[in-house]
Amino acid sequence: MRSFSTTRILLVALGAVVVASFLPLWVTGYILGLLTMAYYSGVFAMAWDLLFGFAGEVNFGPTFLIGTGAYTAGILDNLYQPPIWLCVVAGTLAAVVGGVVLALPALRVRGPYFGLTTLVAVLILQNFIVVDAHLTGGENGLTVPDVISISDSTNYEIALWFMAVSGAILFSLARSPVGLILQASGQDAVQAGALGFNVTKHKLMAFIISAFFSGLAGALLVFYVGSASASSLVDITVGVQIIIAAVIGGRRTILGAVLGAVFLVAMSELLRPLGDLSNFVVFAMALVVVLFFPSGFFGLLTRTKEQG
Amino acid sequence: MAESAQLEVKNLTKRFGGLVAVKDMSLAVHGGKILGLIGPNGSGKSTVMKLIMGIERPDSGSVRINGTEVAGWPSHRIARMGAGIVFQHSRPLHRQTVLENIKLALLPDKLTRLFADPAIDERARAIAARVGLDTVLERRPATLPFADLRKIEIAKAVARDPQVLLIDEPFAGLTSSETAAFSDLICQLRDDGRAVLLVDHNVKSVSKLVDRVLAMYVGERIAEGTADEVMRDETVRRVYLGGSIETAARPESSFRDAATPFLAVDKLSVQYGKAQALQDVSIHVHAGEFVSVVGLNGAGKTTLFNAISGLLPYSGEIRREGATLRGFSAAAIARGGIVQCPEGRELFTDMTVRENLDLGGQHLPPAEGAAQIAWLFDLFPILRDRQKQHAGTLSGGEQQMLSIARALMMKPKLLILDEPTLGLAPVILEQLSKALERLRQTTPITVLLGEQNVTFALPHADRVYVLEHARIIWEGGPARFATEVGTDFL
Repeated sequence: MRSFSTTRILLVALGAVVVASFLPLWVTGYILGLLTMAYYSGVFAMAWDLLFGFAGEVNFGPTFLIGTGAYTAGILDNLYQPPIWLCVVAGTLAAVVGGVVLALPALRVRGPYFGLTTLVAVLILQNFIVVDAHLTGGENGLTVPDVISISDSTNYEIALWFMAVSGAILFSLARSPVGLILQASGQDAVQAGALGFNVTKHKLMAFIISAFFSGLAGALLVFYVGSASASSLVDITVGVQIIIAAVIGGRRTILGAVLGAVFLVAMSELLRPLGDLSNFVVFAMALVVVLFFPSGFFGLLTRTKEQG
Repeated sequence: MAESAQLEVKNLTKRFGGLVAVKDMSLAVHGGKILGLIGPNGSGKSTVMKLIMGIERPDSGSVRINGTEVAGWPSHRIARMGAGIVFQHSRPLHRQTVLENIKLALLPDKLTRLFADPAIDERARAIAARVGLDTVLERRPATLPFADLRKIEIAKAVARDPQVLLIDEPFAGLTSSETAAFSDLICQLRDDGRAVLLVDHNVKSVSKLVDRVLAMYVGERIAEGTADEVMRDETVRRVYLGGSIETAARPESSFRDAATPFLAVDKLSVQYGKAQALQDVSIHVHAGEFVSVVGLNGAGKTTLFNAISGLLPYSGEIRREGATLRGFSAAAIARGGIVQCPEGRELFTDMTVRENLDLGGQHLPPAEGAAQIAWLFDLFPILRDRQKQHAGTLSGGEQQMLSIARALMMKPKLLILDEPTLGLAPVILEQLSKALERLRQTTPITVLLGEQNVTFALPHADRVYVLEHARIIWEGGPARFATEVGTDFL
């Protein structure tokens, strides 16, 4: 009954990533573009899973962290045109600050009340973007003068390997002793405290790490797309998509989140002929997975392999 | 330092709002000794334990562990000072194995520890062997029996080698052979030189283990001494057994429905996961009778009542006036006249007293409702004065009266009262007791009362059942109770 060892799962995942890195040889730029987006949202979903699956904090506003990172990087590039890497670093740092801000209510209020504060954080950010239109481009979106590359395959490889490295770090962290303490803090903070663990410290760290990867991915995404808009990065529906990706991929698995993200992108593409109905079908499928396979794709995969 | 106690508590006080949960409590436990802290439900014993461990912050007083003042510290710092706690409920990490659960407790509180120290593995295995988990190390908690889950909790608590060990209801839910094994384990931990505090309901359950016992009642110490001394103590006997109780039982033959009682529960069994909550329980209640089910916390009283109210799946048969209740929804059973007044009172705290009552009388025609409220205000005069107050602002006793009154608004044929005395001060108990007496004298109502407070349960009862570890172990008149089963409740 022993679950797969950390190294074995990482090796299998590495194999999958290497295979995926050869995709530009076979598929069109259009599909590469879709997958690039899927990989970035995979990172968003993994970062969310660290907070929800391990620290036990239901963050309904993953897009608050993503948007903070993306817009900080984009605005900085617009105003001063520093090197792109500097914008990305600044965006990541801003998101980390945002993560700490988000953590403060989480350490004070529980359950639904914390969830509400995260929703409000998203609304505040969205409002700021609309009101400060001279900085953010308002409802028209923000166009940045620089992009990382105009080659589909370069962008694809960057997103792929960025996702692979983020996933390896987050996954190893989740399975390390620190991840175990974090899980205990999330499931039973009173008992974790009685065992001598400073629950506040561990949860704060989880928020910072989650914010780091969300912000970094958000900032990179801006320089891939060349623009940022509230409707594509910050809106609550975007956050819900990320949460769905993490949950159907398999919560508390980190890597499952990537499967979920790719699945969502692939499905909405395959079902495009259905028109407006496609979203409905995707969400219905997500509902089925949540209700009948609560351990998600990743849980199903590792379970069948164990039996075999 | 050698003479000073490893755990020393002085003048500890904790208030929750207006309620004084712990008042001026002092106790000391030396290394190699076991102190039993006992008291009925709501006496504040668990709060004392939480205050020591830092899970709750004391309002005043001192807690010293190995001579260091720790009152008001967060619990992780108190744990590092050398205190460990075994919680009553096991809450292991379900995705991890037993071994990993024990390892968790051995990890240092550091954010930088990304790879476990190999020595931890060895230590975890040694601890597992000591508590008797060595054969199930690689299994997941969900696949283990209840006793093993408790062992995981003990293993976690002793992992950091605490000098002060707090154990909450060590034997709850265990069979007698498991209890014996646990007692041995606790003795071994004591022999290591640890100071052990056992928290439980009564002296009997811990008498073989403890060096001394401290008895609490409504937040205060009422007696301290050896187990025998405490069991002989007058105050303790009064709290647990109610001194000399005047009973007014009516003989069972005086009820007209002797052949088919109003409520008949036959061989009822209920299972919660792995735990057997009720086993082959059979009781009956005649129309107009007042029946008390006496049992300690966790004996299965609430489960019994919830099964009767249709809130739980069960095996066996529950009949009302000869017809089965199986298949009826909880709402249908309540509308049919079997009304439960639940343990937690379940008031709508943001509504006023009057609104709560009106809600209970929703189905009555307005005139009848008004008459019923007027009658209830006579029964509980304090509620008349409090009509416009929010239910949440009432005292515990007033809330209990409101809860009973709301149940009575439904004009029940059978009123089920689950632990109405929970956490109430003695003076309030008396008021409540008088109201029940009037209810019994002036109405034809049938009452099924669940209590661990014998003082409260006996005076009104026509018949008494004793529920222990999921089974009925005694049935009889209240007058015979003290002589036949009284000592079990000390």
